[in-house]
Amino acid sequence: MSALALQQHATLAHLDWLESEAIHILREVAGQCSNPALLFSGGKDSLVLLRLAEKAFRPGRFPFPLLNIDTGHNYTEVIDFRDLRACQLNERLIVRSVEDSMRRGTVVLKSSGESRNKHQSVTLLEAIEEFGFDCCIGGARRDEEKARAKERIFSFRDEFGQWDPKNQRPELWDLFNARVHKGENIRAFPISNWTELDVWQYIERERLALPSIYFAHRREVIRRNGLLQPVTELTPARAGDVVEELTVRFRTVGDITCTAPVESDADTVASIIEETATTTITERGETRLDDQTSEASMEQRKKEGYF
Amino acid sequence: MSAIEHLPGIDNGLLRFLTCGSVDDGKSTLIGRLLYDTKTILADTLHAIARTSERRGLEAVDLSLLTDGLSAEREQGITIDVAYRYFTTGRRKYIIADAPGHEQYTRNMVTAASTANLAIILIDARKGLLTQTRRHSYLAHLVGIPHIVVAINKMDLVDYDQTTFDRIRGEYREFAATLGIGDVSFIPLSALNGDMLVDRGERLAWYSGPTLLDILENAPTAHSERDERFRFPVQYVCRPQKSGDPKLHDYRGFMGRVESGEIAVGDEVLVLPSEQRSRIKAIEIHGSSLPRAIAEQSVTLLLEDEVDVSRGDMIVRAQELTLVTRRIEAMLCWLGDTPLDPQRKYLIRQTTRETKAIIEAIDYRLDINTLQQLPAERLGMNDIARATFKLAQPLCVDAYRENRSTGAFIVIDESSNNTVGAGMIL
Repeated sequence: MSALALQQHATLAHLDWLESEAIHILREVAGQCSNPALLFSGGKDSLVLLRLAEKAFRPGRFPFPLLNIDTGHNYTEVIDFRDLRACQLNERLIVRSVEDSMRRGTVVLKSSGESRNKHQSVTLLEAIEEFGFDCCIGGARRDEEKARAKERIFSFRDEFGQWDPKNQRPELWDLFNARVHKGENIRAFPISNWTELDVWQYIERERLALPSIYFAHRREVIRRNGLLQPVTELTPARAGDVVEELTVRFRTVGDITCTAPVESDADTVASIIEETATTTITERGETRLDDQTSEASMEQRKKEGYF
Repeated sequence: MSAIEHLPGIDNGLLRFLTCGSVDDGKSTLIGRLLYDTKTILADTLHAIARTSERRGLEAVDLSLLTDGLSAEREQGITIDVAYRYFTTGRRKYIIADAPGHEQYTRNMVTAASTANLAIILIDARKGLLTQTRRHSYLAHLVGIPHIVVAINKMDLVDYDQTTFDRIRGEYREFAATLGIGDVSFIPLSALNGDMLVDRGERLAWYSGPTLLDILENAPTAHSERDERFRFPVQYVCRPQKSGDPKLHDYRGFMGRVESGEIAVGDEVLVLPSEQRSRIKAIEIHGSSLPRAIAEQSVTLLLEDEVDVSRGDMIVRAQELTLVTRRIEAMLCWLGDTPLDPQRKYLIRQTTRETKAIIEAIDYRLDINTLQQLPAERLGMNDIARATFKLAQPLCVDAYRENRSTGAFIVIDESSNNTVGAGMIL
């Protein structure tokens, strides 16, 4: 808040404006919903959400638990960080796992190697039902993807968790409508209007700690379809693969099987900001194996209950 | 403008603007061009739309493909919902609301306009003012967008002719005067070739005004222009006494956002509608204290006295009262599929307050093409009317013309929970 000038009719600098809008959205969730949850993965966007929740609700406790849908295919650095952060904040963390859904038979993989990313929707909907959540707060941004660019900040989902892009609730001014009938719910996106660069600038300004894999490190990778596939137990090298050890960092952190790192020497937030400002490839385009399948893949997943 | 220069100085705030025009006015091309010329479009996105353009047999890269997000839109080649786009120039961050031009989607234009501070209205230089132009201008004016930029596009198709530009500008000025639209700028453009968007180009030498980007860079952002009265709708009350920290035992923080005006520690305030008086003891955010708070800032207010305040109440400065009322007259835009039924009760949400309401009268319906006032019994989707509501609980309101936050409300249908109307208090 140091940017506040003391002259008449001062206005907020852009990061202060975005922060203030996000706090307003979080408080509207708290004011309007009876049983919300905040989706927290340990990734950078959800870490920004946690800082915004601190700004919105301290010195009180958060008026919602943190909820993580664990695919079982996450980097341990991120999972450890998730647990550490929840503990530091002294807030309740609920973890529900895709593997439990697989055991129940509600998630059936086409093959054992299939990405579990899209199956998170099933586990999420099961958790929503188990706890009776009427709203899930998520860290999705409109600049990430074309379908997201059209989604409301308070996005209505029917009893099946489905998003109907052609029949969205009108959303005017900052008058959000979180009313639902039992079984339906709202997905609220406080950082809808942020870009990847805004997120990094905020991380720098707030001096937020992040899981180590966001920063440059040495890693064994295989070049596949123009992306770098990390060599892990889940994604081992196949016969004929050329394994290289490169200096890389992750721009997004998701399921191991569908998140690719990028070649980078950026080992500080400042150098990542510099790279983000000068990159020629979008965040999801460079790193997400699951968005390349078709022009409409995110839209399809959202219709099925994805974040 | 290299991207690295973007870094240090994005301190000129954030401008939200709206683009409107009909399907063929080149609106998507204009946005695509703006993003492309400010180097916001990244290589893989450009590559993807180049591939699509090629597949559709187009000769050049169709920049309008950038803004079509949903499969139905790609199939039909139209825009069916508001899309938001972002770019920065080094001086400012921008949020573009891209509103569709089809008549049946008027509600989306109102939605997009509600948060915008500037509107770009596109006119095809070959066609001049259309019914649609008038409709968009009226809506932008109705929703209180303070700055209107009329972009006379496709100048390349009229040989960059100055007389054509002058004629359309004259016609628009005449029309704007009838509506009472004050602040209008005019600019000749070729979105296709990029003339007068970011670069001036060479073919519009007779035009000496600013480029479109210059206009955007210098337009005032919300709240920077006028002195407004302090309005603080309470969103949430923070009472952390159970945390075990004895210092917090009596803590009662009133959380919300300064919707307009400003407030300082020590100011005398009034809580509405109860009219309890107190003074500001502290202004806090996340543990730090602020001497004052300004418009659009989310903060926590602590008061000197123990007064009863809850969500839905409004804190104002003692000498700057709002109207506390159980009857509101408003311009109403109907958004729902189901027509407004004057027999039914609806829910009205204004700031953080909700109340049941009934329609007392529909004074008239406005024909948005002719601006004629017609009698009406019911209202259908996209209708605009002047109406009077009777409220079960009082609301603390200002006229929308004076305050876009405390003068606005939405109408909710309790059976579907859908937002079915948008109102602007007169």
